[in-house]
Amino acid sequence: MKEEIVIAGFGGQGVLSMGKILAYSGLMEDKEVTWMPSYGPEQRGGTANVTVILSDNRISSPVLNTYDTAVVLNQQSLDKFASKVKPGGVLIYDNYGIHTPPTRTDIEIYKIEAMEATFELKNAKAFNMIVLGALLKVKPIVSVESVLKALKKTLPERHHHLIPMNEEALRVGMSLIGK
Amino acid sequence: MEEVRLMKGNEALAHAAVRYGADGYFGYPITPQSEVLEELEQLRPWETTGMVVLQAESELAAINMVYAGAACGKVVFTSSSSPGISLMQEGISYIAASEVPALIVNVMRGGPGLGTIHPSQADYFQAVKGGGHGDYHLIVLAPSSVQEMCDFVWLGWDLAFKYRTGAMLLADGLVGQMMEKVVLPEPRQRRTEEQVRQQCPWAINGRKGMRPRNVITSLELVDEIMEQNNLRFQRTYREIEKNEVRYEAINTEGCDYLFVAFGSMARICQKVMEVAAEEGIKIGLLRPITLWPFPSKQIKEAAAGVKGIMVVELSAGQMVEDVRLAVECRVDVKHYGRLGGIVPTPEEVLDELKKQFAIGK
Amino acid sequence: MDIQDIIKPENQVYKKPSLLNDVHMHYCPGCSHGVVHKLIAEVIEEMGAAEIAIGIAPVGCAVFAYNYIDVDWIEAPHGRAPALATATKRLQPDKLVFTYQGDGDMAAIGTAESLHAANRGENIAMIFINNAIYGMTGGQMAPTTLLGMKTSTTPYGRRADLNGYPLAISGLMAQLDGTCYVTRQSVETPAAVRKAKAAIRKAFENSMQGKGTSVVEIVSTCNSGWKMSPADANKWMQENMFKKYPIGDLKNE
Repeated sequence: MKEEIVIAGFGGQGVLSMGKILAYSGLMEDKEVTWMPSYGPEQRGGTANVTVILSDNRISSPVLNTYDTAVVLNQQSLDKFASKVKPGGVLIYDNYGIHTPPTRTDIEIYKIEAMEATFELKNAKAFNMIVLGALLKVKPIVSVESVLKALKKTLPERHHHLIPMNEEALRVGMSLIGK
Repeated sequence: MEEVRLMKGNEALAHAAVRYGADGYFGYPITPQSEVLEELEQLRPWETTGMVVLQAESELAAINMVYAGAACGKVVFTSSSSPGISLMQEGISYIAASEVPALIVNVMRGGPGLGTIHPSQADYFQAVKGGGHGDYHLIVLAPSSVQEMCDFVWLGWDLAFKYRTGAMLLADGLVGQMMEKVVLPEPRQRRTEEQVRQQCPWAINGRKGMRPRNVITSLELVDEIMEQNNLRFQRTYREIEKNEVRYEAINTEGCDYLFVAFGSMARICQKVMEVAAEEGIKIGLLRPITLWPFPSKQIKEAAAGVKGIMVVELSAGQMVEDVRLAVECRVDVKHYGRLGGIVPTPEEVLDELKKQFAIGK
Repeated sequence: MDIQDIIKPENQVYKKPSLLNDVHMHYCPGCSHGVVHKLIAEVIEEMGAAEIAIGIAPVGCAVFAYNYIDVDWIEAPHGRAPALATATKRLQPDKLVFTYQGDGDMAAIGTAESLHAANRGENIAMIFINNAIYGMTGGQMAPTTLLGMKTSTTPYGRRADLNGYPLAISGLMAQLDGTCYVTRQSVETPAAVRKAKAAIRKAFENSMQGKGTSVVEIVSTCNSGWKMSPADANKWMQENMFKKYPIGDLKNE
């Protein structure tokens, strides 16, 4: 398998860390992974995006122009990345603050209400895990078990009590697909 | 113990250094490589291996701390990015002239001047043709993955100590900032003072047992002696050229076109090759791993029978000069580069190859 | 009585320190460097530190200090001696590490390295020769050149409006938390030489006791650069240099 993904949104939405968890989950399944962020001052408040590639084989370019899957969390990123999904690919976007929805018909489009779900969960920090849950429901590139394993591995011991909350967020995200 | 981790190139570099048994790091923060110092401060190796980590007041101070550490026979390094590396050139020249082994990491960003913080390969000339004053070379290693950011720290020090010379790890913002799977090697012990005295009898560590004093200096006012010193440096460089050329050749057998690219651009060229193969265009890649010594002979061999070579680099055309020299103008050598921190996409590079060689027309 | 009788050990009242090499010095007759070199060699010998001493030589007249004092040396790029000393001492804390720097090295091109090494409290001793002129390059203005003083780059005398003011850098160093001992000495009389030697010894001992950075400024003459006889240069120094750079401890903790 090989999956080329871009995740894009505002700085502070957890775009880079969501990509990191996804990449780490791939590592748990012995896949080759790359995680390539846009870096620099634009991360602070501006838009941030990260390219994550998971593959069974050696990965060539960490920089891409077209993607199998785009996960988009604001209007600017939607404008930028909707056209870069390969025909037949997947576009998942959070509907919060979107005024011009995507119109392509040659790709699968999933509109999710992840921001709304954080209000219900009363946990704004769960946002990126909800989005990740939605992504994994559409594209089960890694298992939920691998994500939890990755969290356990990357979070410092003192934050391990947050793992069940993250698991719940993943499940909530999965339930958003097909709603 | 070996360990598999997901890490940024810059972080892998820090871990590789501690595991090599490094004695010291001296550096000054600059984007896009500040994670090297940050990661070392997180690791606190002074509490485990005894390694010294110091944030210097400037790149000038940092490279001179490295100069002294190297003169002491210690395993030391610094890291910076283009503007900071420019500031270090004086010290690098002294390191070459004093024949001490040091590792310098340049995670390149776009210039000239303060430039941009995004990836570039425009310090190629500076790294391989000298940079500082005088006739000297550094061994220049160009990593193209996070694993190589780790491995070349070890290789760089091995070569630096083998030849008593400076080695530069020439990476770019892309390799420094991206995360990949990396296998960290089993840690080694730092050398004891006794081992340093044995392996580096020239080192500055005091006249124990009232041995004859050691002096590390680059100054020699007797021109005839200075010429002899220079000839000795040149003999070392010829040895390095003979023994240490490293490169990777991918699909070069029977290819119609040949890419020559290093570092992150070599990764992007591999993607171009995947896409082009679907269109029936056979492209090979020769990736120099040592930019100095340059794999001229290997490029010349790989170029035999190809319709054309394209050198792809994040500069206005620097390595392309060495490729043209290597093939002695017998093959058409084109160049494609993006400047100022822009990284081309694989599609863009493929379009350019087709355009420049009129493929499919 | 022949020469062998005169140099019998029991007749000897003075001898060259064993760590001062038997070579011709390139310093001009009357220069203060030779005296300070001898003091450093004596102090290292008396401390029994010949096996652990490491000197960092500057760029300037003292660039060849490594030819004269018989210990391990590294010759630094101009101004960077404190950076070299920092790494040398941190990587080998059991060694006695000192810099030997002129006024250009310490207070012009190397100001940042000097102040920051001292501010970090590196356990090193810095020997600072202030003769208010660039001797090696032929008598140009130094950061410590006095107002009105003629040099080849201030041929009509140093003017504050054109060249700025003389920099008393030891005063700055004394204010830093990292320094434990900052003193100004001279070597133009036997009494001054004895005091200077005691200061160097104290600085070296401080560094081995881990007390922080010690700075010993030696207010010096450059009779060639000043275009005076050695005796006149000493007098001129006492009358003019000591006003701007008064002798004595600036800090002693």
